[in-house]
Amino acid sequence: MSLPDTEGFGEVPDPTPDADINRRHSRAPKPWLVTLASSLAAVGIALVIAGILLAITGKNPIDAYSKMLDAGLQKNKLLETMQRATPFMIAAVAVAIGFKMNLFNIGVEGQFLMGMFFAAIAGAYVHLPAPLHVTFCLLVAMTAGAAWAGIAAVLKVRRGVNEVIATIMLNMIALSVIDWMFNEKFRYEGPSLDVKTKPLPPTAWMPDIVKNRLGSFIIIALLVVLLFWLVVYKSRFGFRLRASGLNAVAARTAGISSNRMIIIAMLMSGAVAGLAGMPSLLGDTHAYGPTRPDGYGFQGIAVALLGRNSPLGIVVAALLFGFLDSVQGPLQLTGIPSSIVQVIKAIILLTVVIVNEVVGRRVAKRTADRTAAALAIPMVVAA
Amino acid sequence: MAIETLAVQLSGIEKRFPGVIANHDVNLNVRAGTIHAIVGENGAGKSTLMKTLYGMHQPEAGTIHVFGEQHVFKSPSDAIAAGIGMVHQHFMLADNLTVLENIVLGSEPSARGLIKYDTARSELERVMEQSGTHVDLDAPVSQLGVGQRQRVEILKVLFRGAKILILDEPTAVLVPQEVDELFDNLHRLVAEGATVIFISHKLDEVLAVSDDITVIRAGTTVAEVKPDAVTRSNLAELMVGSELPSPHGRTSKVGTEVRLRVNGLTVAGIGKKDVLEHVSFEVHEGEVLGIAGVEGNGQFELCETIIGLTKPISGSIVIGGDDVTHTSPHERLIGGLSYIPFDRHREGLLLDAPLWENTLLGRDADEQFRKGLFVDAAAARSDSRSIIEDFDVRTPSETVPAYALSGGNQQKLLVGRELSSHPRVLIAAHPTRGVDIGAQAAIWEKLRTARDEGLAVLLISADLEELIGLSDQIVVMFDGRITARLSPAEATPELLGTYMTGGVQEVAS
Repeated sequence: MSLPDTEGFGEVPDPTPDADINRRHSRAPKPWLVTLASSLAAVGIALVIAGILLAITGKNPIDAYSKMLDAGLQKNKLLETMQRATPFMIAAVAVAIGFKMNLFNIGVEGQFLMGMFFAAIAGAYVHLPAPLHVTFCLLVAMTAGAAWAGIAAVLKVRRGVNEVIATIMLNMIALSVIDWMFNEKFRYEGPSLDVKTKPLPPTAWMPDIVKNRLGSFIIIALLVVLLFWLVVYKSRFGFRLRASGLNAVAARTAGISSNRMIIIAMLMSGAVAGLAGMPSLLGDTHAYGPTRPDGYGFQGIAVALLGRNSPLGIVVAALLFGFLDSVQGPLQLTGIPSSIVQVIKAIILLTVVIVNEVVGRRVAKRTADRTAAALAIPMVVAA
Repeated sequence: MAIETLAVQLSGIEKRFPGVIANHDVNLNVRAGTIHAIVGENGAGKSTLMKTLYGMHQPEAGTIHVFGEQHVFKSPSDAIAAGIGMVHQHFMLADNLTVLENIVLGSEPSARGLIKYDTARSELERVMEQSGTHVDLDAPVSQLGVGQRQRVEILKVLFRGAKILILDEPTAVLVPQEVDELFDNLHRLVAEGATVIFISHKLDEVLAVSDDITVIRAGTTVAEVKPDAVTRSNLAELMVGSELPSPHGRTSKVGTEVRLRVNGLTVAGIGKKDVLEHVSFEVHEGEVLGIAGVEGNGQFELCETIIGLTKPISGSIVIGGDDVTHTSPHERLIGGLSYIPFDRHREGLLLDAPLWENTLLGRDADEQFRKGLFVDAAAARSDSRSIIEDFDVRTPSETVPAYALSGGNQQKLLVGRELSSHPRVLIAAHPTRGVDIGAQAAIWEKLRTARDEGLAVLLISADLEELIGLSDQIVVMFDGRITARLSPAEATPELLGTYMTGGVQEVAS
């Protein structure tokens, strides 16, 4: 089908040969570059807003930020940054798996607590050689996390319950269930005065890479990110998962059962979430107690959003959040309220969402414009 | 012509969009008290222009005069205030409200926070009397047929005091008999002093009903003519800029092998009534079986059932000798079934994903696209490139996201994907809906080639010319049943229209 006789008009170029089309297209910025630039912009805006807040409270923001950098860039603090980033990475991957299937798993918090609690109990009552014992604890944690997330998945598939509501409620229920089980059954009457579950035997402990600074779980966390990349972005299963997430109706029409994908994605997300408490349990406390870590699930949502659900983005965003947490202590010593760190994190989360939205729209429009321009849609000029 | 006699005058309108042909240098003069037709092919920019006039978006250049006064419409409410009303192609009515409630919705006459239904009712009765457009005001909209819904939309616009009515392809959803009623109505409205702008690509209707015709081609106005000064083929040439391609040209050899057999298929509806009742037909090797029918008479459910997304209560589906009634959609796809769905955006494409992932969708189980558990991205991309080339998809590369393409190119990509898996049976639902004429001709050609190579095609279309031109046999669906079977030689749009409204039933169910 040949096009009618045409005359190019205005700034639209004449129909271009193939080589020219390719050249034009390659001029478009790479997607990862756009992601990086917009995430950096979001962080920058957040720092400016937090700076204004600092100035209002009578502190010099430049001074505060330079103190943060000074403190944070010391070797010990850098190790601590990585240590603190470990659970964030894992929790963020759990959230990102859900996002890729268009599921918003707010329940990572409850899932990781369940995983941690059951791993602490089960791990304390078995005797296995070291590597197996660690593996056993990890498997228990993943199973418990997956099972807890699975409840939300079944409710969604069977009863159409929105996963956001189900997982929020399951967070509450997880806390109550764990507290009840801990108080009724698993409070350990040991020699120490600490209120804890029975301590894990040393065979279940994970060694530190740098004594008291960096645990070896960072390696597992990075492996989880790598696996996430392979499974979600490179495998056939991941393709179907992303297709279902992008357009469930089209995926269904192409023979992909979206219910099946919802179940699998939620189970995977929960299993990964179950691991988020493990750096603390296996590498540090070796028992579950009321002084458990909390907030990983919610930090994970922020990290996944900041990292745009991409593997590399998650690692970078987790390190940023780890850095901010690690400078909290030193900041307090200099008279700057350490809660500014939490404020910065919260503002980052908001700016990321806003910047993502704005940049996403502009990128979509520009892509469409470029595509149209590259094809030089010919116009028929009125006779 | 003096500006005062013009109801609407558009000069030098320019509107640009990514991916689609926008308006450029559009000039339109609509005389007050006339029916003015705007004709052009799908995608020529008619609807874009009308959205500009109705204030749904703003033009980059050009001026709008209404009754001689220059206006800038920032939103539809500005246009409504200037006396312009629009009846959309897709009705925008709330199903669970009555006709009266729908009409007053958004401009309720009220006192102290209460809607004055009595005032509204007497006002509406006056409007109905004047315009000769009658509907039962207390009927729930959900019970109305398409023609009646359209009348509600028209009344809604008149109720808001519109002097100028824009009707966007009003006949696309109507059967021929309803079209006649609509035209009687429009004549009556014009006699009462209204001005009607009528958008269509159906030339016979345009010639029959309008006082003036403006032709739009590739985004710009190319001619203004009087209906008695042109013939149908003149107009067609003005519209297309060259000779009109046609779906005709049948040289098919229908084989003896039955590729798709649907036997006594019954599917339950949400209410008491079955949406499909004892539907039976066969499609042979190299045959195109066309299904005619007003949308919503069971065609969608039929397709969903054949591909396996809906379970029938009774009946069977046999594809190439294998009974697939109880298999999953995936097994049916693997078994050689392909589907061009009704709505490419909703059911066919991953708009945010690159083209190569779109062409891979549903085919990732194929040996050539897998490396163990992983997707062979290189193979998928090169396959995508060959689909893009074979089906003339206009795109700079296979990595562009699908949303960046125009509708016609998206559809060509979709048709390419479905034909590239070398299916034995293809269900093609509105394969050329909303695509430009070039894409339409290309898609017809590809379907014909595939059919000549032995593909069995089940064609669902609202374009009766397409149906008659491509099909070897036509069945009519009405109310979930097959009510007529005819050969394309005996089928005319009028005859099909009679069957489609359920006026006559040739076959007992």
